[in-house]
Amino acid sequence: MARDKVVVKPPKHKIDRAYIKRYWQLYALLLIPMIYFFVFKYIPMQYVLIAFKKYSIVQKVWEMPWAKNHGMEYFIKAFSNRDFMNSLRNTIVLNLLDLVIGFPIPIIFALILNELRFKRFKKSVQTIAYMPHFLSWVIIYGLALQLFTPTDGLINMAITAFGGDPIPFLNDGKHWVGTYIGLGIWQSFGWNSIIYLAAIAGISPELYEAASVDGAGRFQKMWYVTLPGIKPTIVVLLIMALGNVIGSNFDRPFALQNNLVMEYAEVISTYVYKVGIKGLQFSLTTAVGLFQSVVNVFFLLGANWLSRRMGERGIW
Amino acid sequence: MEENSRVIRSFKTQVGDWVFVIICVLISLMCILPMINLLARSLSGTDYLVRHEVYLWPKGWNIDAYKTVLTDMKYIRAFIWTVVLTIMCTLLSLVMTTICAYPLIFENLRGRGVINIVITITMFFSAGTIPNYLLMKSLNLLDNPLVLMVPYCLSVYNMIIMRSFFYGIPDSLRESAEIDGASYFRILISIYLPLSKPVLATLALFYAVGRWNGYSDALMYMKDKNYYPLQLLLYNILNNINSVEVATQEGFSAPGLKDSLKSAIVMFSTIPILCIYPSLQKYFIHGVTLGAVKE
Repeated sequence: MARDKVVVKPPKHKIDRAYIKRYWQLYALLLIPMIYFFVFKYIPMQYVLIAFKKYSIVQKVWEMPWAKNHGMEYFIKAFSNRDFMNSLRNTIVLNLLDLVIGFPIPIIFALILNELRFKRFKKSVQTIAYMPHFLSWVIIYGLALQLFTPTDGLINMAITAFGGDPIPFLNDGKHWVGTYIGLGIWQSFGWNSIIYLAAIAGISPELYEAASVDGAGRFQKMWYVTLPGIKPTIVVLLIMALGNVIGSNFDRPFALQNNLVMEYAEVISTYVYKVGIKGLQFSLTTAVGLFQSVVNVFFLLGANWLSRRMGERGIW
Repeated sequence: MEENSRVIRSFKTQVGDWVFVIICVLISLMCILPMINLLARSLSGTDYLVRHEVYLWPKGWNIDAYKTVLTDMKYIRAFIWTVVLTIMCTLLSLVMTTICAYPLIFENLRGRGVINIVITITMFFSAGTIPNYLLMKSLNLLDNPLVLMVPYCLSVYNMIIMRSFFYGIPDSLRESAEIDGASYFRILISIYLPLSKPVLATLALFYAVGRWNGYSDALMYMKDKNYYPLQLLLYNILNNINSVEVATQEGFSAPGLKDSLKSAIVMFSTIPILCIYPSLQKYFIHGVTLGAVKE
């Protein structure tokens, strides 16, 4: 954003001895990161070809024979595979639920925090709310076991103490989806509120004073001053979240899933791990991964286009 | 102004203030009660655990679980290895991020546009799990401890945060040093880095937490149990993988004892980060905000 200012660009340097003498150190510094990107991000792209070829452990990628059906064999296989279709459905459903339920909560939390008048107390609440973000998904799974197991989880102990029936939070598919979404919100609502708090801090206090003079109450100020003030932030983050609808994180579903709930819990990333790395079906899972990456890029490009279209800054 | 408005705050507003305070107290409780329950379990006697009597306060004070964890070489080893790994990864990542971000703030640098594009593409398109796995295989990195350090040592997102921070340092500082004849490397060392402590602290926290909490790379690329990071070990213990080992070799046949042992291990692997992050709060808030304001 700071780059937007109108500057007359200095003419480009010619590449001569003076230029090299002056700038060689910067190129030397960049060399190592560039090698890193080349080796770890670009070289693996050649293996994408495996999606169209019959994988063989002894041959180089370009020596492997093309797959049947003009190389599309493994894509056809994937889309007629029940397990893959299931994981595709779960990925989209879980991400959409995360978006619809999880997106507004940090905004609401930021609005609540903004109403606190005791600075010390506010800071403590923030520190506590950021804590879950620093826990790994394995640890959160450990906590979930302690809280949610039917016989000796804290919550089910409380429910049975009041005479209710224990709820199978982790062992029944539909309940598991709720637990998954709930734990996701628990882990991230505090952290995600940081950005909204920063946006709120940027709203001019004069607007609030003017609203007070006009007799606006607490909720009217929230609705007519704070929310419009952070609208650009909300729109950008919402669009970014939309762009990730088919993306999938590995750590969270893998840590939380168990054999009883696979029907609802298997997502693309965990499917690829199990069938590919464990099951050694490299061509099939590379095809699945490629499909996911390509769709993801289109979603992101679309999201960015939408963001610009709506008069907000693009994401990049 | 603040004082005046406090005096004239109406009764209704004050009640409202307290309602928000109560909501925030409830939210905070929601965040910490699970941890307290865990702590209580890890410190409770086995009888009470078996009878499901432990809620938020330990019953039948018992630190055997911690004794077991702290005397078992398997955990100590994994803990030390994870600490070493985290420190090395964080240092490597900070160096990589700095040397990638710093040259890119020079607008006169030829090729800067191309390099930016090369880097940005990797943010949006990744080859995928299997191609990455085959890469590690072809580089002979599988089962090599380096595989837990090198492949994810540079995050483009963190690089952008650092670059935004560097942009915030006035050009005039750099220009005056240039006039004094300082080389760009010298300027990085003696002007930019000393002024960048806040962003270095933030990124160190991000990288360290990422490494400490990450387990998927070890799960995919590391078969050698000696190099398992703590989180992967913990994952296996929670899922009773090798439960036979836990039950027989360490004499844990009582279910209650196993429960408190699991709680103690979870505590043991969480405490380092919980001790560090509050003191860095000011910095990481700034870092997250910088990440949002892109060029």
